[in-house]
Amino acid sequence: MGLDIRWPIGLMFSLIGVLLIVVGAANGAQLNINIDLIWGVVLLVFGALMLLGAIRGG
Amino acid sequence: MQPIHLAWVDYTILLAYVAFVIGIGWTLARYMKSSSDFLTSGRSIPTWVTGLAFISANLGALELVGMAASGAKYGIATAHFYWVGAIPAMVFLAIFMMPFYYGSKARSVPEYLQMRFNKPVMGLNAFTFAVMTVFASGISMNALAKLLHLLLGWNYDISLWICSAVVLIYVLKGGLTSAIYTEVLQFFMIVLGFAPVVWLGLKDVGGWNVLKGNLASVAQSPATIYVNDNKFAPDAWTSAWKPLLGGSANNPMGVDVFAMVFGLGFVLAFGYWCTNFLVVQRAMAAKNMTSARRTPLIAAIPKMFFPMLVILPGMIAAGLAFTGKDGYRLPPPPISQANYSAAVAAVKSASPADTDADVKAVGDALGKKIDSTKIAALIAANAKTKMADEEIQNGIYNSVAENDYDSVILSLVKKYCPPGLLGLALTGLLASFMSGMAGNVTAFNTVWTYNIYQAFFVPNKSDAHYFWMGKFITVVGILLSIACAYFASHYSNAMDVIQLVFGFVNAPVFATFLLGMFWARTTGVAAFIGLFGGICTSTIFHALTIAAGNTPGIKGGYLGIQHTFPSEMAQNFWLAAFAFTGCFVLTFVISLMTKRTKSDTELKGLVYSLTPKIKDEDQPFFARPAVLGTILLIACVIMNIIFW
Repeated sequence: MGLDIRWPIGLMFSLIGVLLIVVGAANGAQLNINIDLIWGVVLLVFGALMLLGAIRGG
Repeated sequence: MQPIHLAWVDYTILLAYVAFVIGIGWTLARYMKSSSDFLTSGRSIPTWVTGLAFISANLGALELVGMAASGAKYGIATAHFYWVGAIPAMVFLAIFMMPFYYGSKARSVPEYLQMRFNKPVMGLNAFTFAVMTVFASGISMNALAKLLHLLLGWNYDISLWICSAVVLIYVLKGGLTSAIYTEVLQFFMIVLGFAPVVWLGLKDVGGWNVLKGNLASVAQSPATIYVNDNKFAPDAWTSAWKPLLGGSANNPMGVDVFAMVFGLGFVLAFGYWCTNFLVVQRAMAAKNMTSARRTPLIAAIPKMFFPMLVILPGMIAAGLAFTGKDGYRLPPPPISQANYSAAVAAVKSASPADTDADVKAVGDALGKKIDSTKIAALIAANAKTKMADEEIQNGIYNSVAENDYDSVILSLVKKYCPPGLLGLALTGLLASFMSGMAGNVTAFNTVWTYNIYQAFFVPNKSDAHYFWMGKFITVVGILLSIACAYFASHYSNAMDVIQLVFGFVNAPVFATFLLGMFWARTTGVAAFIGLFGGICTSTIFHALTIAAGNTPGIKGGYLGIQHTFPSEMAQNFWLAAFAFTGCFVLTFVISLMTKRTKSDTELKGLVYSLTPKIKDEDQPFFARPAVLGTILLIACVIMNIIFW
């Protein structure tokens, strides 16, 4: 019905991914893991794949 | 639990989510031109979207908060709600029932009942469903507002009204389509928000094998973490079937195999997944018959693996609590600072010479059940070396011998999530509550407009009138939900009463559908009396039975106790079995005694034996619903064997 839901999903998770990467890079490593950075990359890749699907799928 | 302070990045994620869901509603508003667009999506939505919305509409507060709670209390046996209580029913819906719901062009599940039987049967189903959806929505929003108050210190009223307003905006703008599209967004938000919590928790505990060892210790001594006073076999928390086959006394759920398989796996599961319009509505919005049949099957794929996301955190929490790693314990019930201060004062004024009386004084000051041994040790330690108030309070916190299981998932979020990830997890939690409310409201507005307002009060009006009514009743539905939220928050046993009524009404309904869809001889009179009789059966059953440890009253047994069940869960499963049987027998017998009012021609497309079978030969082999369903059932059996 006129809206490809992959656009908002892709945009939102790309935005959140970038935010987490920025925070993770600024704050560094409750396991000695920089989970913000790791998960930010995961969300960015997921968001980018969604956007790619939306662009290719028309 | 001390309130969490959010960082700018957490607020940014929360606001981004709210902006996107409202944006989706706003974008879809221009496509809402008729009541059909608004209330049924004009049957235009692609399969993958309806499939994820189908599962997301069910992914409300109960799933995220409740399943983690049950994971801590019962272990992997909680997965029976998925591998016994969901997947088989979803496959049955896809293969056998969707062709009738979708093919009959009914706009709702109650409307199918009108086409199959008569108006009174539809009216009974529509009215009870409408009332239940409003209450369910209210319960969800009450839980969300309480959670935001407890977790973030936000004002209850403001939280309730703002969250409800967000749902109202996007549902009012884009109708069912908006709810379905945002449910897809919410699905990803929930999964991606909670997956890192599970991963970090499992890593922290030392991996699955270490967790199994910890849970074996929990099973043999669950009283150590105040979970259960009985002792069980070492695999009671990590095996789904072995403890169950040992009888109700040998598993922490207190349920027997028959109640689990027939009560949950057949009656309750099929009653919910196959007849509840809240989830079936998503499949009915699909763009064609093939999409509608595949919708529950697509939903069943993530559903099968959800225990890893929602039950495993509870098991991790139980394992962590047993080892006491980093001072972790299962969260105790909320206790006011005034009570803590009074208990600290009681510890400070205690003397080791009169320990029993002093321990009792600490318990009375706290207002909760306490671990006497730990409090006595705390009093002795304080007498030996004066401790700081904060240290004493921490000792008291760890001595509370009760758990608030609903806070388990939040305690892990708080433990593992730094700023950023915290915002993501909390947004996932918010999304689960909102999808629950939106799902209920969109089901309510459709049933009200088509099956109550149009059917009984104002028939033969223009489509524009029903379009207006759909929007108007959406606002009313949200306001009624808010009223129900206040009702649930003001009366301590309101939730119990509401859940009880849900149980009475839901338990028999599948018998009506089963006979109606698969036996042409079933009559409308029999269906109505059978449905009503099933509700009466469950009410009487509840009045004559009780669960061990409960007192007669709201928990049952108020007309005399004929049987005592080991647990409330066992009582509920058996109640469902009796209600289904009562409804089935009544409907069957009365059908034989009453005259059929609908001919075979009229029942074509509504009854299995009178409807031409759908040919799937033109579809790729693995895409055929029957093949997909079979693969899912085999996968489900494999999951049960892995965690046998």
